[in-house]
Amino acid sequence: MTKLSRRRFLQSSAALAAGSVALPYAALADDDAILVGGLHDLSGGLDTSGIPMNQILNLAIDEINAGGGLLGRPLKPVIYDPQSNMSLYSQYATQLALKDKVAVVHGGITSASRETIRPIFHRFKTLYFYNTLYEGGVCDRNEVTLGTTPAQTVEKLIPYVMNLWGKKVYTVAADYNYGHITAAWFKRYVEENGGEVIETEFFPLDVTQFGSTIAKIQSAAPDIVLSALVGSGHFGFYRQWAAAGMKSRIPMASTTFGAGGSEPIIMTPEEGDGIITSFGYYPTIDTPANIAWKEKIVAAYPDNTPVLSELAEVTWEGMMIWADAVKEAGTLDREPILEVIESGKTYDMPAGKVSIDPKTHHAIRDVYIADLKDHEFIIKEKYSQVQPADTQMVCNLEEDPNANVHHEISLN
Amino acid sequence: MDYAIIVVIEMLRAISWLVLLAAGLGIIFGMMRVINFAHGEFLMLGGYTVIMSTKVGVNIWVAILILAPLCVGLFGVLVERLVIRFLYGRILDSLLATWGLSLLMIGGVTLIFGNTVEGVSTPLGSVDIGAYSIPAYNFVLIGFAALFLLAIWSVLKFTKIGLIARATMQNPAMAEALGVRTTWVYMATFGVGSAVTGLAGGLLAPLTGVVPTMGVNFVGQSFITVITGGASMVAGTLSASTLLGSISQATTIATGPVYGDAALLLAALVLLRLLPQGITGRIFTRSL
Repeated sequence: MTKLSRRRFLQSSAALAAGSVALPYAALADDDAILVGGLHDLSGGLDTSGIPMNQILNLAIDEINAGGGLLGRPLKPVIYDPQSNMSLYSQYATQLALKDKVAVVHGGITSASRETIRPIFHRFKTLYFYNTLYEGGVCDRNEVTLGTTPAQTVEKLIPYVMNLWGKKVYTVAADYNYGHITAAWFKRYVEENGGEVIETEFFPLDVTQFGSTIAKIQSAAPDIVLSALVGSGHFGFYRQWAAAGMKSRIPMASTTFGAGGSEPIIMTPEEGDGIITSFGYYPTIDTPANIAWKEKIVAAYPDNTPVLSELAEVTWEGMMIWADAVKEAGTLDREPILEVIESGKTYDMPAGKVSIDPKTHHAIRDVYIADLKDHEFIIKEKYSQVQPADTQMVCNLEEDPNANVHHEISLN
Repeated sequence: MDYAIIVVIEMLRAISWLVLLAAGLGIIFGMMRVINFAHGEFLMLGGYTVIMSTKVGVNIWVAILILAPLCVGLFGVLVERLVIRFLYGRILDSLLATWGLSLLMIGGVTLIFGNTVEGVSTPLGSVDIGAYSIPAYNFVLIGFAALFLLAIWSVLKFTKIGLIARATMQNPAMAEALGVRTTWVYMATFGVGSAVTGLAGGLLAPLTGVVPTMGVNFVGQSFITVITGGASMVAGTLSASTLLGSISQATTIATGPVYGDAALLLAALVLLRLLPQGITGRIFTRSL
């Protein structure tokens, strides 16, 4: 139900905006279409992330179709809405693999959803692209992982902010595997840079009151607060932090703030300015490629322009890299496509240069550090071609092409 | 010393927080034996009222103190007329119906406003206490919780309306025989309970992000407080909030929020094992 109405809506709005997109699409025979699976939460708690990802996925499909499709055939999206519900994730994944027999699937947002569907696609040999920043550690040749991992963002962010602000760090993080693993990476890089994490506190996702923590932070008097908080409940931390007058006293850095794109827009400048983050993509990247890409999005979605973040941009990369590999391989078969992907090609993307590490199937990519000012992230630093060093510690697909695990990367 | 003052204020804030969360639910449950499973969504509605009205330029205090309770109160009356009144005395049915209502409200608000986090900044800035600083808004929460309880208590104790309400609560048949239109009393009670919940939601809006699904973060704490408190509205809410709030907050300060939550649940568990009717089922039985 949802799948039909939303897809139609997205297609029609895209077609309205760009007639040039609709024409070649109509010219290609539809019954011959290559099916592309999309599995993003379009409702439920994660839809703020899922809807933009889905919009970008559809836009990428339209663009490929406008260029004549792949192998002379048009692409056709098969979109399901798993509603932030893990049992629907496994149901739709099985359906995509066995009933729809799609050529590739893009989707999954949280690690939980990815670990629900990844083994299914692995078993049924359906090529799978996971387009989200996450805690690292997936070792599966069938999956291509394009988002940043902590070794890429945290490693750059920590020395940068320690250099600015000092050595004593207080960590606040979400109480599930992402938060715990990120906090461990915080600690590792803080110590490697000669600093000290004086306290790490974890918060269940439904915690909304941070008064006592803010008092504890004041009493510990760190130089920096590092945040790996997640979700709408934890959003209160930033607000209560500002209300306690702490904004001007202790600076804050994060690898999660604004990950989905919306926090920086909602917070007033007094509350948000000065928070430093690190991601693989920011809408403010000042390159012709990114500016052109953003114009394309606004043209396709004039009324409901998606909030851009790493999630949305990396989804675009996933579609384009897959399409490029299909063109080069000249087939939809998984094995030749994987061989192209493993050949170490470099792709020019709105976020910068991206190549895929054949050992881990993770992206080697540019990483940015940015400072929030007036609702926008001002880019301060760019690091070229950063390796996913964490996953490289535990995964070598060249030695073990049949690997099918999500390693919890131990830092001890 | 400064830290001790901060700790005390934090405890008071935690207690006030539970009072605000539980008061509306307590009024509805205490008087009508209706379990409003959509309580969290009523809070959410109060939050959205504040967000939307401040967006069009309404003063934030007007939005919190007048519009939020008004909107949610009227919505409550509507719900009572359309759904709840057919289900009096059928606790399970009303629970299911209000659960359905909560899903409907989440869906409806998502449809209208989208599922993005919204919010308004916390007003009033910060207050310095020695080397520490805390949001001045904390004192607003504490003040309102106290005012809440005082107001409910005075209305029930000193006014004719309160007397009628209490009569209806204790023996609806007798009240009816004496000429009280109990259906109206129920409607008004549900409306007042909803309004109080709306005010709590409004007060909450500047503290955290407002999303359609936020209710679930609060509904657990509200229910635990009301059930632990027992039948008496004012004494129950106050005693349960004080007990649970200080236990959980002391644990949070000593260890962390995970243990704080666990301590709250554990304390409620032990209490309900010892006092199955809630605190006011055994102690303060004759209080309001």
